[in-house]
Amino acid sequence: MRNPLNKTIVTIEPSGIRKFFDIVSEMKDAISLGVGEPDFDTPWHIRDEGIYSLEKGRTHYTSNAGLKELKAEIAKFLSRRYGLSYDYNKEMFVTVGGSEAIDIAMRAMLDPGDEVLIPQPSYVSYLPCAVLANGTPVVIELKEENQFRLTAEELEAAITPKTKLLVLPFPNNPTGAVMEKEDLERIAELVIRHDLFVLSDEIYSELTYLERHVSIASLPGMRERTLVINGFSKSHAMTGWRLGYVCGPEAIITQMLKIHQYAIMCAPTMAQYAAVAAMRDGDEDVAGMREEYNGRRRYLMHRFREMGLQCFEPFGAFYVFPCIKEFGMSSEEFAETLLASQKLAVVPGTAFGECGEGFIRISYAYSLESLKTAMDRLEAFVEERRKG
Amino acid sequence: MREKILTFIEKNSRIDLKELAIVLGVEESAVINELEQMEAEHIICGYHTIIDWDKVGQDKVMAMIEVRVTPQRGMGFDKVAERIYNYPEVNAVYLISGGFDFMVILEGKTLREVAQFVSDKLSPLDSVLSTKTNFILKKYKDHGTVIASKTKDERIQMIP
Ligand SMILES: Cc1ncc(COP(=O)(O)O)c(C=O)c1O
Repeated sequence: MRNPLNKTIVTIEPSGIRKFFDIVSEMKDAISLGVGEPDFDTPWHIRDEGIYSLEKGRTHYTSNAGLKELKAEIAKFLSRRYGLSYDYNKEMFVTVGGSEAIDIAMRAMLDPGDEVLIPQPSYVSYLPCAVLANGTPVVIELKEENQFRLTAEELEAAITPKTKLLVLPFPNNPTGAVMEKEDLERIAELVIRHDLFVLSDEIYSELTYLERHVSIASLPGMRERTLVINGFSKSHAMTGWRLGYVCGPEAIITQMLKIHQYAIMCAPTMAQYAAVAAMRDGDEDVAGMREEYNGRRRYLMHRFREMGLQCFEPFGAFYVFPCIKEFGMSSEEFAETLLASQKLAVVPGTAFGECGEGFIRISYAYSLESLKTAMDRLEAFVEERRKG
Repeated sequence: MREKILTFIEKNSRIDLKELAIVLGVEESAVINELEQMEAEHIICGYHTIIDWDKVGQDKVMAMIEVRVTPQRGMGFDKVAERIYNYPEVNAVYLISGGFDFMVILEGKTLREVAQFVSDKLSPLDSVLSTKTNFILKKYKDHGTVIASKTKDERIQMIP
């Protein structure tokens, strides 16, 4: 029989956390801090809209780009929160999560040989999506000493004549790092000078704890070279609804929409109706969740200080990324041993790129109560290890 | 900071104060100070526990009594309310807009006990015109807390 497979797909590694997932799900009384989605259920008034849309029989396709009503609300949201202004008829469409937007952005923009700069540690899908779109991923290793922000020097060093696209993954999963306006200005200057484009994954934009998120698209000269990817999964605790959106220059959006049209048709209708409520009346829900996350974040940082575990203070998303180098184990060994001896699951930093070595990702999308128990276990583990 | 403390302890009054201070990012002494002051100012009026008495197997009956009254000369609603809320059987008293004046929440061991309180104590009060007793059959949610058992975390345990 002939080989049924595409040459590229077989080169792509399966997700590095699968192994841990299998162990955790078998283990009784294990606590997992490995979940990258909110612990909150979707606020009730949003769910209610979803239910209502089903009751009304809104069970059909929407237009390819999504409900006009929803796009209009998204445009208002982006304007009131980040000062972005998009023509929702030409510069935006609704996708199946930020995930779809990442995929089709790469497919619409890359030609074979085009280099895509991917700062790591970062979310797992950029690299495979770039490869599947025939692009050449080029990793930029972010450093703890820079609080895992992307610096202009790091960017400049990675730019070649073939560089076309920069992925900007902030607020960051897994480090929790954010980029402030001044950081972004330095990046923008280089992007413009080298005529690059930016794929800005702002899915955690509502979860920042220092200052309000700044979108690079809001800086002078950047709107025309930036795709803003965002969604409802993290901000409104709507992961299972599978809904996101992308905004950008009409020329790119039009081509992306073709892929969306042929490969997806439209995002889930019921979810779109629910999301209208999220955009219209959801700001308070988000503020409440942000406040809760922030308290948990402070609690974890406090516990790390108490147990003497080194961790830079992150100001975004719902992750902390402590350094475990002092224990002389790889991230994966650390995570495995921690799970075996204390029944506490965390994600090794290497799941987000090789430069995540020496770190673990801890999610605080958990109740304070669970975090307390989990930190007691981590503390016991750390102390035992230090004794040797 | 007051509002933040209140928002937090309204849901969980048993939180360790040291922890509360960490979560709010302030000094523990500041939290203790604020709490003491708010208790003194009667902003914080008490700390109670939400109990599902059904699970304890103890008989408890609750009723909501709609009460119509005539406020008497020289003693407005407040005085009448006081006459009512001083009974220890009375769990809560609210002045209400609409078809009646007070909503009185009563607690007793049996239907009979509650009914007797209404007929022997509440109705005979001079200013009380009429009462309507509504027995509570089942409590679904109380003080913002759903009584039914907690749902467990059904998320996939490892997600990148
Ligand atoms: C950084 C980042 N981008 C995108 C996504 C995808 O989110 P969704 O497809 O649910 O919108 C995730 C999910 O974990 C993420 O962490």
